[in-house]
Amino acid sequence: MRTRLSILVIVLMLAVAACSSSSPTGAKTTRTVTLVTHDSFAVSKPVLAGFTKSTGWKVRVLKNGDAGAALNQVILTKDAPLGDVMFGVDNTFLTRALDQHVFATFRARGVSRIPSAFQLDPSHHATPIDFGDVCVNADRRWFSDHQVEIPKTLDQLTEPAYRDLLVVENPATSSTGLAFVAATVAHSNRGWLNYWDRLRANGVKIVDGWEAAYNGEFSGAAGSKGTRPLVVSYASSPPAEVYFADPKPTTAPTVSLDATCFRQVEFAGVLRGAAHPDGARALIDFMLSARFQRDLPLSMFVDPVMPNTPLPEVFNKFATIPSRPFTLTPTQIGRDRSRWISQWTAHVLR
Amino acid sequence: MDFAVDRARPPLARRRRLRGGRALLVGVPLAFLGVFFLWPVVAILGRGFTVRGSLDLSPIGDVLRDASLRHVLWFTIEQAAISTLATLAIALPATAVLSRYRFRGRGLLVAVLTMPFVLPTVVVATAFRSLGVQGSLGAIVIAHTFFNVAVVVRIVGSTWRGLGRAEEDAARVLGASPLRTFVTVTLPALRPAIIAAASIVFLFCFTSFGVILILGGPQFATLETEIYRQTAQLLDLRTAAALSVVQLAAVVSALVVAGTMTGRAQRVSRPAAPRRLPVGRRARLLPAAGVLPALLLVAIPSLDLLRQSFADHAYGYTHLGTLPLGAPETSAVALLNSLRIAAVATLMAVLLGLALATAVTRPGRGDRLARAAQSLVVLPLGVSAVTVGFGFLIVFDAPPVDLRTSWWIIPIAHALVALPFVVRATVTVLRAIDPRQREAAALLGAPPWRVWREIDLRSIRRAAAVAAGFAFAISLGEFGATLFIVRPDTTTVPVAIYRFLSRPGATNVDQAMALAAILMVITGLVALVGERSGRTDSAF
Repeated sequence: MRTRLSILVIVLMLAVAACSSSSPTGAKTTRTVTLVTHDSFAVSKPVLAGFTKSTGWKVRVLKNGDAGAALNQVILTKDAPLGDVMFGVDNTFLTRALDQHVFATFRARGVSRIPSAFQLDPSHHATPIDFGDVCVNADRRWFSDHQVEIPKTLDQLTEPAYRDLLVVENPATSSTGLAFVAATVAHSNRGWLNYWDRLRANGVKIVDGWEAAYNGEFSGAAGSKGTRPLVVSYASSPPAEVYFADPKPTTAPTVSLDATCFRQVEFAGVLRGAAHPDGARALIDFMLSARFQRDLPLSMFVDPVMPNTPLPEVFNKFATIPSRPFTLTPTQIGRDRSRWISQWTAHVLR
Repeated sequence: MDFAVDRARPPLARRRRLRGGRALLVGVPLAFLGVFFLWPVVAILGRGFTVRGSLDLSPIGDVLRDASLRHVLWFTIEQAAISTLATLAIALPATAVLSRYRFRGRGLLVAVLTMPFVLPTVVVATAFRSLGVQGSLGAIVIAHTFFNVAVVVRIVGSTWRGLGRAEEDAARVLGASPLRTFVTVTLPALRPAIIAAASIVFLFCFTSFGVILILGGPQFATLETEIYRQTAQLLDLRTAAALSVVQLAAVVSALVVAGTMTGRAQRVSRPAAPRRLPVGRRARLLPAAGVLPALLLVAIPSLDLLRQSFADHAYGYTHLGTLPLGAPETSAVALLNSLRIAAVATLMAVLLGLALATAVTRPGRGDRLARAAQSLVVLPLGVSAVTVGFGFLIVFDAPPVDLRTSWWIIPIAHALVALPFVVRATVTVLRAIDPRQREAAALLGAPPWRVWREIDLRSIRRAAAVAAGFAFAISLGEFGATLFIVRPDTTTVPVAIYRFLSRPGATNVDQAMALAAILMVITGLVALVGERSGRTDSAF
C-alpha cells in the first residue's frame, strides 16, 4: 500500500509541476521586444517596468552563456535572429560583430552626448551603453599585515617584492584574462611577451576563470581561503565588496590599482532582420536614458557611458574610475586576438 | 547478444500482433533522439565541414596531424580511464554492502552517496579547493570519483539487489570459498550492470568540462574544453566540428568495446530479500570497510560545503527569503524553475526510457533497430553540450514554432541526458525476467498490455522508481547544457549559483553556498523517496 501511495504522490507532483510550467513559454502580447544578451545582464525590475509603461513594449530577456558565446550565437542565427536587440558585445569582440553584419544601423537618441572615447563604431551599428575597467586588485589587509607597499604599476608586478602574489585568468577561456593581456600589449607593445616572461619568472599563477581567481585564490575576497593578495578583477570590485557585505564596512577591504587597467566598453545593437525593429530602437534609446544609466552600477557593476550620470554612494566612496586606462582599437584587437592567445598559451602555459 | 531471448521466441501469431506496438515503443524514443539530438548535431557539424557548398572533411586530418591536439586526445582518454577505474574501486565494495544487507540508515546512506552527482561543478570545485585538492591529475580523478560513485551505486545496485541467492548458496554448499563464489557466480551475473555503469562513468569523465577547467587548471585540456573554446570563444566551427567527430569516434569505440564485454544476460533465481548485518563487532568490520572509502570521499567535501554554507555565513539563508519573489534572478524562483523543469524532464525520460527498455527486451522483429536505439541513447553523454546547444539554434528556427527560445527546450535537453540512465537501469532488470513468465501469462490469455503490466511492470517498479529519482536529480543539477541553451527568464539553481559566484562580495558567495546546500538536501530527499518506494516491492 505504501508503495502505491508514494507512487501516486510522485505522479501527482509531476502532474502539478507539469501543468504549472506552461506559463513562461510564449507571452502572446502584441508588443514584446526580445533582448538577446549574456548571463551577466541584469536590470532592476522597476526600471524595466518603467520602460514598458512609457513605451508599451514588454521586454523578453534571452540569456545565453558568456559574452563570447552569446555573440557567437547571434552570428550563427543571423538569418533568423533570436530576438530584436543584442546587448553585451564589448570592444574586444566588436569587430567580429561588425564584420559579420549582425547589426542594423541606428543612431540612438542622445548618442552624440556620449564621450568620443566610447564611440568606437563610427558607422553607428553598435551603440555604447556602459564601460568597466579590468584592473589588478589588491588585498589591503595582506599588504598592511606584511608591511609591503601596495604596487602601483604593471612593471612593479615583476619585482621581487611581489613574488608569488599575483593570480590572473587564462585569456583563452576568460574575457577578464583577455582584457589583462590586452593591457600588457598596450603597455609593452612588441615586448609584451617579454613582460609575461618576467611575470612568470616572478611566480604569477594562472587559473581558468574569474571565479577561480577571485573567490578561490585571491585573499581579499569575502570568506576566501585564497592566499594571493593580487588578482586581475575590475575597478568595480572594491565597491561590490562593500555593497554585498553585511554589515557594511567603512573602508573597502580591497583596492583597484589605477595604473593597471584596461577599458572595456559594452555595446548594444538592433539585430538585422529583427521582427520588431521599432521596439528594438526604443529599447536602445531607453538604455541611454538617465533611468537605465543610473541603474547600471548596482545591477551590473559597470559604469554608465552617459556623462553626468549620478553614481550610487558605494561607487562614489569606494570606486575610482582610472583616468588613463590602457586602450587598443577594436580593429587591432579583432586582428590580433587569436594570435595573442596562441602566443600567450605557448609562452606562458606550456 | 541475448540467446536467452532468442530461445524464447513467442509463436508467430503473437509476434505479428506485437509488431505495431513495438514499432511505437522504439519509434517514439528514436524520433525524440533524432529530432532533438542527431539533427542539431549533424547540422552544426555540417556547417563546420561545408566549404562553399561542398563537403570538406580535411579539418579532421588537420586536427589529427596537430601534435598538441593529439596530446589533448590522449590526455582525455587517460584521465577518463583512470577516473573510471578509481570510481569502480571505491564504489563497488560500497554497492556490495548496500545491496546485500539491510540495516538502519541504509536508505540514508544511498541518498548521501547519490547527492554529489547533482552538485554543480563550480560549487564542488570550491569545496575541493578549500580542502587543498587542485591543480593536478590526481585532483581531477578524485573529483570525478566523487561525482560518479552515485552512478555505480545506482546502476549496479539496482541489479545486485535483484539477484537471487540460490546460485550463490549452491556454490557455497558445494564447497566454494566466498571469494570463489563471488568470482564465478556473482560477478558474471553483475557483469552487464558493471560494464553499463563503467561505460557511463567513462563517458562522463571523457566529456567532463567544469572539473577539468576549474580543478585541473589551465595546463590541462581535454577534447571537451577544446571544443568549447573553438565554438563558444573563437567561433572556429571547422576545428570544433573536427574535434567533435574525433570525440564522437572515441566515444562510439568505447561503447562498442563495452558492448562486446557485456556478455550475455544472466537469468537468475527469484530475488532474495537483503540479509541483516552479521552480529558482532568483528563480523561487521568487513561491511563497514566496504562502505567507508566511498562514504569518506563523499562526506568530507559535502560536509565542508554544508559547514561553509551554515557556519561562516548563515545569513545566506535569510537572504534567500528576503529577496523579492518574482524577479527572475532570485533564488526562490530559480528553485521553482528547477523543480518544474526536473519534473517534466523526469516524466519524459521515464516514459521514453521505459518504452525503449520494453522494446529492447521483448523478442520479435526489429531487434536490431531496438538495440541500435539502445546504444544511440547513450550518445548525448558523449557530445559536447556546446555542440548540441549551438545545433539547436540553427535547426529549430522555422517560424511560427520557434522552438529555440521555448521553455520546453530545457526539460527536453535534460531528458536527453537522463534517458540513458533510465534505459540502462531498467533494461538490466527487464532482461533478468524469465520469458517463460510472459509466455505463461500470454498462454493464459492475457493481452500484451496486460502481460507487460503484470510481469514487466511488477519487476521493474523498483528500478523505475530509482531511475525516476535519478533522472530528477540529473535535471536538478544539470549545468552545461542549460547554460548553452537560450533561456527566457528561466534560471535554474545551478545557473543561479554560477551567477552568484561570478560576482564579488560576501552575500553573493553566501547565497551560492546556501543554494548549493539546498540543492544537496533536495537531491538527497528525492533519492530517499526513490529508495523507499522501491523497498516494499520484495513483498510481491
